[in-house]
Amino acid sequence: MRVTVRLFARLRDIAGTAELARDLAPGAQATTVGDVWRQLAKEFPELAGYERSISSAVNADYARMDHVIRDGDEIAFLPPVSGG
Amino acid sequence: MIPLLAISRGPLDIERVAGALAADPSTSPGLDGAVATFLGLVRNHNVGRSVRHLEYEAYAPLAMKAFERIAAEIAERWPSARLALHHRIGRLEIGEASIAIAARSPHRGDAFAACRYAIERVKQIAPIWKHEYFDGGDVWIEGATADPDDARARAEAERVACA
Repeated sequence: MRVTVRLFARLRDIAGTAELARDLAPGAQATTVGDVWRQLAKEFPELAGYERSISSAVNADYARMDHVIRDGDEIAFLPPVSGG
Repeated sequence: MIPLLAISRGPLDIERVAGALAADPSTSPGLDGAVATFLGLVRNHNVGRSVRHLEYEAYAPLAMKAFERIAAEIAERWPSARLALHHRIGRLEIGEASIAIAARSPHRGDAFAACRYAIERVKQIAPIWKHEYFDGGDVWIEGATADPDDARARAEAERVACA
């Protein structure tokens, strides 16, 4: 299963890219947004500090960490917002 | 036609935003007695830092949905009020406008409340970030964890709007 991950603001700076593609091996259980996050946090340890404060979205709709993802989904991780 | 809700890279014009609302089919000529507007500006200071400029970034498709949600929440809470909201992204200099909001209603109370509610909710749930460049460095500003379903945050925005 292949998904696109989008990162914004400081998360983008930490990873050094705004967008990455990731191949996920199908496991015994369904893959969730949280699984993708944990994989990223292993790759970029500085991201781990955001575990409790990020929001996530799937295909440009807010989604929870337990949201089950599908092949081709666009998953976004959003640090705390500061618009206005 | 000027859209009611927008994210743009060019300078904002509050008259244009208010005009979009006046021209919208949801506005009945003669019915409204009030337009409340809000223009958010880039300050030259923030928590003791001398700010040089800001750069705004958005997850645009989700931010547009957040604006639509805010407009729907306003329609639910203040049924006679309507909203127009434009947010700017990219590099903004000191004194430039980052957000322009207009709310119309038959009476001023609902127009003021809807306008204030809109800016409070943008700060809570719109996926937009400011990168502050100040004398001596730069920092991403991080405010609220965005959760549109957080009833407590919504109630707080409503409380502030009606204070």
